[in-house]
Amino acid sequence: MEGHSTYVPKSGIARWLESRLPIGGLMHSSFIAFPVPRNLNYFWTFGAILMMMLVVQIVTGVVLAMHYTPNAKLAFASVEAIMRDVNFGWLLRYMHANGASMFFIAVYIHIFRGLYYGSYKAPREVLWILGVIIFLLMMATAFMGYVLPWGQMSFWGATVITNLFSAFDEIIPGVGTWIVTLLWGGFAVDNPTLNRFFALHYLLPFMLAGVVILHIWALHHVGQNNPTGVEVKNVRKDTIPFTPYATLKDTVGTVVFLLFFAWFLFYIPNYMGHADNYIEANPSVTPAHIVPEWYFLPFYAILRAIPSKLGGVIAMFSAVLILAAVPWLDTSRVRSASYRPLYRQFFWVFVLVCIGLGYLGAKPPEGGYTIAAQILTFYYFLHFLVILPVLGLVETPRRLPGSIAESVLESTKGGSATAVSAGPAGAVASPQTKG
Amino acid sequence: MADTITAAEPTRRDFLYIATGAVGAVGVAAVAWPFISQMQPDAATIAAGAPVDFDLAPVTEGAIVKLFWRGKLIFVRHRTKDEIASAEKVDVNTLPDPQPDSARVKEGHAQWLVVYGNCTHLGCVPLGHQGHYEGWLCPCHGSVFDTSGRIRQGPAPTNLPVPPYKFVSDTKITIG
Repeated sequence: MEGHSTYVPKSGIARWLESRLPIGGLMHSSFIAFPVPRNLNYFWTFGAILMMMLVVQIVTGVVLAMHYTPNAKLAFASVEAIMRDVNFGWLLRYMHANGASMFFIAVYIHIFRGLYYGSYKAPREVLWILGVIIFLLMMATAFMGYVLPWGQMSFWGATVITNLFSAFDEIIPGVGTWIVTLLWGGFAVDNPTLNRFFALHYLLPFMLAGVVILHIWALHHVGQNNPTGVEVKNVRKDTIPFTPYATLKDTVGTVVFLLFFAWFLFYIPNYMGHADNYIEANPSVTPAHIVPEWYFLPFYAILRAIPSKLGGVIAMFSAVLILAAVPWLDTSRVRSASYRPLYRQFFWVFVLVCIGLGYLGAKPPEGGYTIAAQILTFYYFLHFLVILPVLGLVETPRRLPGSIAESVLESTKGGSATAVSAGPAGAVASPQTKG
Repeated sequence: MADTITAAEPTRRDFLYIATGAVGAVGVAAVAWPFISQMQPDAATIAAGAPVDFDLAPVTEGAIVKLFWRGKLIFVRHRTKDEIASAEKVDVNTLPDPQPDSARVKEGHAQWLVVYGNCTHLGCVPLGHQGHYEGWLCPCHGSVFDTSGRIRQGPAPTNLPVPPYKFVSDTKITIG
């Protein structure tokens, strides 16, 4: 998108560099002049929060790798050594472990933001699909990272998840077993498995960072969605420059999020973890109640809801992959749920269903819990496969504002009549100009 | 093939193009091979799969003993008369994975059941003497196995497999 200003190198060195590698211009157009819809709310700060979390995870992860030993006999002790012997090792490890949870909290808010405001609709389908790929990479990375401390939950989590692939035996006998043996490098989860998971856990975040660059590239090509879902019509009236407006708003959101992170980090660092993972891996005993990390619970509930192994595995992977099809499943031409009275209600029902699945994923697989999980799993897919396509055809959306600027001015008039006469109204109308 | 009729005779460039592509494809496959093969169990892991002897004498009636072969957990269960009877009287055709009890033990040694100790669903270790059939109950996803290690309820698709083993004497088996 066309920006609010163009880059003019000021020093001789900057001019010299710019004529050889125009990186200054790229940074300027991406993070300074880039036009941002003027009505973005705080849900739009989660992109920046996620960027920060990726950096936190990579920095703490690289440092932890300097103290960790990826060997089945030594891994557990090396993690304990990080906790007890390494200077500030406890802090770095808790940052990394809780950081993973924070990363998922932020990504779930980011995804639901996209679902609420219809951010996946044309022309943002590729942007959305890149996001789904990032989500998959995050899940793979988090899963393999959880295996590394080589506690009981690590070991049995690895066993259960890698065994998912043995379901292929039900399609072509032998293929599933072959894949699982290939993943393990043996006949059970053991030292070779730990070694390769460590290598991949180190690799995947950098691949993820690569896809993040594509995600931002796609975002900056089509421009951001906004709470009205109305496209930018006039860059001067509808948008403001990224810096300082979005930069500062993102900073506020990031700092508040860091406070939340710090609360977990310093006061309840093991709240998201599981006590069984402080017992070293034992291949002859499965913990009485194994559960994955909280961020996988809804998908785990879907896996267990289906009374067939292959069916459960297919349902679980479909639950994630169906997100990639949402741009085509949603038939409504209106993006934002703010103007879709029916979709807005179904959206919140869907949020509750996801939370309910998460709750059931942590419960034992028996009796009423299984039946409830089956009902919610059915609804989960119903939402995407029936409700989304049908709603777009039967729903009467509310009248859309003519432009982003119009929506902002309308809400100012309705919101606080006293402020209109004073200076702030002018600031709202054209915040990029002073006075 | 309409194009080739109107096109000029194949040139040396066409030949080079196709030949280079063909050699390149073979090269990619040749490079991919070791990269995939290295993921498979290495020589040491396979060598660790040599047969192991197991002495049955200390295993009292009703007990389940765990041991490892090739890194995989194996249950050796000394079944009681009741357990054998309940495993044998089942109508095989009603089972999800039909198999008579006699096919899962060695002839004349019906009191000894030797099965892999990982649930055929997703690999957890089922708990012995639990569940409706008092065989095994998997704590992870609720699969129920009978005293023959056969799947009776829950998501596991097949019975607990029987590893290769033979009786060396009445109180000793060789697994592998």
